[in-house]
Amino acid sequence: MPLSLLFYFAALIAVGSAILVVLNRNAVYSAIFLVLCFFSLAMIYLLLEAYFLAVLEIFIYAGAIMVLFLFVVMLLNLGREKALPHFMKFQRALSLMLVILFFFGVSLIMVVGSGELHQPTIKFSSGSVYALGEALFTKFLLPFEVASLLLLVALIGTVYLAKRKI
Amino acid sequence: MDLSQYFTSSDIAGITPEIILTLTALVVLTLEMARVFRPGIILLVAASGLVLAGTALVQGGNDDKILFGGMLYLNTFSMFFDFLYLFVGLLTLIFSQGYLEKMGSETRGEYPALILFAVIGMMLMTRANDLVMVFLGLELLSLSLYVLVGFLRHNLLSNESGLKYLLLGAFATGFFLFGAALTFGATGTTNFSGIASAIAAGTVLSEIYLYLGIGFLLIGFAFKVALAPFHMWSPDVYQGAPTTVTGFLCTAPKAAGFGAMLKVFMIAFPEAFPEWQDIFWVLAVLTMTVGNISALVQSNVKRMLAFSSVSHAGYLVMGILVKDIAGVSAVLFYLIVYSAMNLGAFAIISLAEKDEQSLTFKQFRGLASQNPLLSGALAIFMVSLAGFPPTAGFIAKYGLFSAAIAKGYIWLVVIAVLNTVVSFYYYFRIIVNMYMRDEKVGLQPSTGLLTAGILALLIAIVFILGITPGYLLEITVDVATAVS
Repeated sequence: MPLSLLFYFAALIAVGSAILVVLNRNAVYSAIFLVLCFFSLAMIYLLLEAYFLAVLEIFIYAGAIMVLFLFVVMLLNLGREKALPHFMKFQRALSLMLVILFFFGVSLIMVVGSGELHQPTIKFSSGSVYALGEALFTKFLLPFEVASLLLLVALIGTVYLAKRKI
Repeated sequence: MDLSQYFTSSDIAGITPEIILTLTALVVLTLEMARVFRPGIILLVAASGLVLAGTALVQGGNDDKILFGGMLYLNTFSMFFDFLYLFVGLLTLIFSQGYLEKMGSETRGEYPALILFAVIGMMLMTRANDLVMVFLGLELLSLSLYVLVGFLRHNLLSNESGLKYLLLGAFATGFFLFGAALTFGATGTTNFSGIASAIAAGTVLSEIYLYLGIGFLLIGFAFKVALAPFHMWSPDVYQGAPTTVTGFLCTAPKAAGFGAMLKVFMIAFPEAFPEWQDIFWVLAVLTMTVGNISALVQSNVKRMLAFSSVSHAGYLVMGILVKDIAGVSAVLFYLIVYSAMNLGAFAIISLAEKDEQSLTFKQFRGLASQNPLLSGALAIFMVSLAGFPPTAGFIAKYGLFSAAIAKGYIWLVVIAVLNTVVSFYYYFRIIVNMYMRDEKVGLQPSTGLLTAGILALLIAIVFILGITPGYLLEITVDVATAVS
């Protein structure tokens, strides 16, 4: 089963690098681990035969967005972060315990209940963008249009909140 | 290729209100771009858009329609909520007149535009018949709210609450999406009726994945309507947001969250429901108790009202737990009354605020001698929130409690009544401060004629629904029958 081995390999890297993004104190390192996370996600898409999504993941996320991220982080020249005071004494220990409990609880349920799951009806295999486009403009027309509204709101919000003089 | 199986002109006609609202928002933004700075004009355009959308809703009629191949399902239930959102949006626009300038921000066209977008998002949430549409509506609403909460760009508190809401909201969105994905994996569809028929026909591939999916969906919803223990964001966000936005935030989106939750749990997961009763029971008790106890110790009025709205959400969960026609109609009635009371209370607080600091109880001392009319109005809203007859708050609580008793949840109602008694303390604290402490106060609230008229209308609603609730009860029972 080399393919499933490949999947576990990619998934391990994805989860590991995601944890490192959060734990790292240096913003540049965090950004680089995020790139690694995106690459491993793209690999999982490849294994699912969603070639187009894999390419988009690398182009848009790992490429465009992360380069911008890195530039901003470097240009801002962040100093050492200051630790915020904790409200409760054992806040960190308590939160860590809850996270671990939740993570293992959910994974246990998933492992125990693992069985076959429904597969998507529309296959994007053999690199076909056509099927994706057709789905977006027929069955998912309304969600597609609402998503455009969503992006418009995000755009308005960003410009309003971030522009120095409006 | 035959496109008519996916959408026809009647599908487009069904979403006329959304189209009108989108166009209005775009016109408002264009006016802003063309530097039309008269706030009256922008307000007039936005308000007429809302009214026009309401007319389109009436024109569309209230017969059941399934649109876009099962993406939306219109019936009296969705229509009831649509009118609530339009009404709350209109009132928020009117109350916001002049408030932003008072807080040191210039009038901006983005503000009414974002409120319109939020209304569209909420309408999609309760019209949805598919998890994909619920998610998109929820996100459209949330994104607009993140910006509205942080709208006072030069106010640190507003910035903080906007960022906090964004970060925690994104986290909750992750839960919701994961839940939707697991539900899809187990049932093979995201359509509500599809999920229900898959569960009924036993074609669910993995029961455990389905339950996990429902649980994650519940966490996503619980965050959005601020049920304990997912309520931690609400006091900070309510305090930092511009007060008119807070009034909007704690009424319409909460109604939308409960509406979508009712629809998901009554249409999509009815078969899986019995296993979930205990969880709703615990959520209801936890939410009302935590909200009430925390509200007792607040000194800031907006934070107090935030926790009070958490406890009201706890009472509303009782209605979902009961889940029969009486329970659902009680929830609908409660949502209307709750919206009227909270909109009025926050509007008066926004009038009383004078600078960027939000008000504490002490600052309300002696307000009654300064401005007897506004103090009287605020006192009426507080009495109604506490649930005293002859106000509508009493009838609303009575409806929920009696529905729960009829289903045999005696202990739940006992806890709820005890909670209500506790809540008297903080609601009456503000009245005591206004009337019984004579001190020179710095607050000088002033009202425009329009705002005063709307406040009078809200007070009239509170009393009319408190004395003769029959008419609205008939409507809510009809609407509840349509979904169950």
